[in-house]
Parts: sequence; structure tokens; C-alpha cells
Amino acid sequence: MVQLDFAAVLVEWPALLRGLGLTAGLTALSTAGGLLLGVGCAWARSGGPRWLGLVAAGYVEVIRNTPFIVQLFFLFFGLPGLGVRLSPELASVLAMTINLGAYAGEILRAGIDATPRGQIEAARALALSEAQVFTRVVLPPALSRIWPAMVSQIIIVMLGSAVCGQISAAELSYQANLIHSRNFRAFEATIVATLLYLALAIALRRLLSWAGPRLLFGR
Amino acid sequence: MIRRRLLATAALALPLLASPMAWAQQALDEVMAAKTLRVAIPTDFPPYGFVGTDLKPQGLDIDMAQYIATKLGVKVELIPVTSANRIPYLQTRKADLVISTLGKNAEREKVIDFAIAYSPFYQAVFAAKSLPVKSFADLAGKTVGVTRGAIEDMELTKLAPSGAEIRRFEDNNATVSAFVSGQVQVIATGASVAGAMMARNPQLGTEYKLVIKESPNFIGVAKGEDKLRAKVNEIVLAAKASGDLDRLAVKWLGRPAGELPQ
Repeated sequence: MVQLDFAAVLVEWPALLRGLGLTAGLTALSTAGGLLLGVGCAWARSGGPRWLGLVAAGYVEVIRNTPFIVQLFFLFFGLPGLGVRLSPELASVLAMTINLGAYAGEILRAGIDATPRGQIEAARALALSEAQVFTRVVLPPALSRIWPAMVSQIIIVMLGSAVCGQISAAELSYQANLIHSRNFRAFEATIVATLLYLALAIALRRLLSWAGPRLLFGR
Repeated sequence: MIRRRLLATAALALPLLASPMAWAQQALDEVMAAKTLRVAIPTDFPPYGFVGTDLKPQGLDIDMAQYIATKLGVKVELIPVTSANRIPYLQTRKADLVISTLGKNAEREKVIDFAIAYSPFYQAVFAAKSLPVKSFADLAGKTVGVTRGAIEDMELTKLAPSGAEIRRFEDNNATVSAFVSGQVQVIATGASVAGAMMARNPQLGTEYKLVIKESPNFIGVAKGEDKLRAKVNEIVLAAKASGDLDRLAVKWLGRPAGELPQ
């Protein structure tokens, strides 16, 4: 029976905390950016000009049909070939934002499509502008309908940020990997990282389920 | 309710995960019974281990794995690993031997055992000719790419000044990509990896700067597997005496193995 030694991992708590902080930070920024991008995409595909809808459709297909790590490597290892050099952290935020934006757009579009036509026609009959119809009449009920699915997608992107350690962004799994490549406590370090991810995911789900109705679309 | 069930599942799963690690002194018998020797080898470390144009692993470490298996009279099963996960592969008995440019140091000796050395190796710092690096102190303010968990990572962490920004990557391919694409200014890696990189990217004007450590490669066995270790030592010593070890080194490194520590 192997001797488990969690103390050897937990003594590195400052590193774990820094990793947890970066994972949370990457997730916060990419959630904000990804939601905005998603709203833009959903608008372009459901009510925007035709050419913009096609651009959004192309973006969604490319992102949803390629692995996240490939998108990340393209930004970090590929773009310097075009003269654009991103720091690992910036490349991570950008990759997560772009990834979430595509999924968020499609999730949101489902919610928009489910809005009854009559509701939109009623808003137009009341002389609301197209922008007002979208932001006041279409978007809030659509967001409210799809919010649980959106929260799940945001958590998937948060968990996916574990890959960002591959380009040396010092997030949680990078720190856990670094700890066990120093003290060879791979099993313990992985368990600790797993529990931290679990806690972060549960906390994030609670926070978003609470914040969504209050801040984004009203109850 | 859901939370309680989650905890119960986790509590049940833990001993299941831990139990397969409960052997010692059986590795050699198991290898002979299964007629297969499972060897962890690199695929990101030319000429020690890399993927050839036929997409099969080849290199000095792969030949060495094959050699030991042949001497034992069993088949070899090659398991590609990275610098960071090769020791966990031994600890969790997913491999019988690690022949993967594995250097010996005190930290590693606490968790695995080492058979004798079989090939020479050193790690160094490399950078563009235009970048002045005369000593480790000159690394301050520069970004240095290194493969996490490799000997050079541990040594560099001790040698580099606090002003140096050390960026750690998952395997040698990622570290080399980071250097070639200009994401890091300096690369710390094995001489063979740097050699292959410089040959493929002459436009970078990379040159050798500082030696980090002379670190011959050892064969790793799981802690306490003395029977297997003794058998491997016997095979490597015989290979040294017969000249097979030198022939391998000449084939892949272009020079004999030379004096190696026991």
C-alpha cells in the first residue's frame, strides 16, 4: 500500500493559491468576453445583416469543430509567425474567450429562436427601435431560458483552462504539475487539484446561478 | 443529499485507485511470466528517442530497451512518456523500466531506484548569438524556456537569478516550439535536443552558452525492485564489456559511451 503524504503537497499552498487565482481570473475575463461575443454572434445569426450572419456561422463552425488545445497552440505558437507575440496569460484568455463565444452564441440562439414571434411584433407595434426590441424584448427572456446551459458551458471552459498550463500559464493544474515534478507526489497533487477544481466549479455554478437573474436578465 | 452521495463515491474510489501499488520484488517475475518488458521511452528527445518518418519510435533509448528485452528473452512494449510523467509511470507500475534520458539525483533516489548508467548526456543553456549570456547572472530579465520536471528544470531553478523569468512547458517539443517561435529568449535543454533544433533552424543563429549539468542517463526501476535492478545491471555491465554499449553510442551519438558511473 502506497503511503499518501498530503502534507508534502499542501505545504506548497501559496503556489496552489496563486494557481487557483489565475484559473479564476482567466475564467472571469473569458466569461465576460465570451458572453459579449456570444450575444453578438447570436444577434448576427438571428437578426443581423446576412453577410455578418455568414461570418458568425463560419466562426462558430471553426471553433466548435476543432480542439481547444489546437486553438490555444495556434494563438501561442502560431501567431508569432505573423509577428504577433502574446504572453501565455493573454493567449489563454483570448483562446478561452473565443472558444466560449462560439458555444455561447449557439446556446443563446436557441433561446432567441424560442421567443414567440408575436412578442417581437408586439414590440415593433409599440414603436420600439430594432435595438430596443433586441436588448429589451428578445434578449432577457432568451438569456433566462438558456442560463442553466450557459452556466454549464462556462464551467466547461473553466475546467478546460487546465490545458493553458501547456503554454506555461501558471494556472491551477500547472502549479499542481510543477509541485509533483518537484516532490514526485503525483497522486496527492492530482487529488488536491481535483478537489480544488471541484470546489471552484461548484462555487462558480452557485455564483452564476445567483448572479444571472439579478444582474443580467431580471426575474 | 447530493453532496453526501458525492463524498461517499469519492471515499469508495480512493482505495481502488491506491491498491494496485502494493507489490515489491515481483517485477522481474512478472516480466518473465508475461514475456513482456514494459519500458517507458521518450519520443521528444532526438537522438535518444524520437518518432521517425515511419511514425515509429526510434533512438538510442529505444534500442537499449530492445537490447535488454532481448537479453531477458522477452518482448518489449514501448510506452512513450514525457519528462514530467516518466517517474509516476514507474511509481504506479505502468512501466517496469524507465529508459528515458533519466538523470540521477538525490530527490529522485528517494522515490525510485537506479540501475547503472548506459549513455552520456549533458544539459546546457542555449540562445541566439546576439544575446549576451556569459554567466547564470546574465539570465536576469530574460525569459527562459525549460521542460518541466527535467533535470535542467530543477538545476536551473537553483542556478538562475530571481530576476530570470522561467517558463516551464510540458515536453521538449513544446519547449523547443516556444524558443523557435520567439516566445522565450533562452532555452535550457539537453544537448541532443538543442543540437537537433539548431540543425533544423539555422536561421535563428542559436549557440551554446553555459553548461548546467553533466548528467549521464540511468535506467530507472521502481523502488525496492532489487531483483530486476540486479538483472538489468548484469545486462548493462555485460554490454559494456562486450562493446555493445559503445556500438549503440556510436550509432546514435557519433561517439563511444566513454567512462560512465556505476
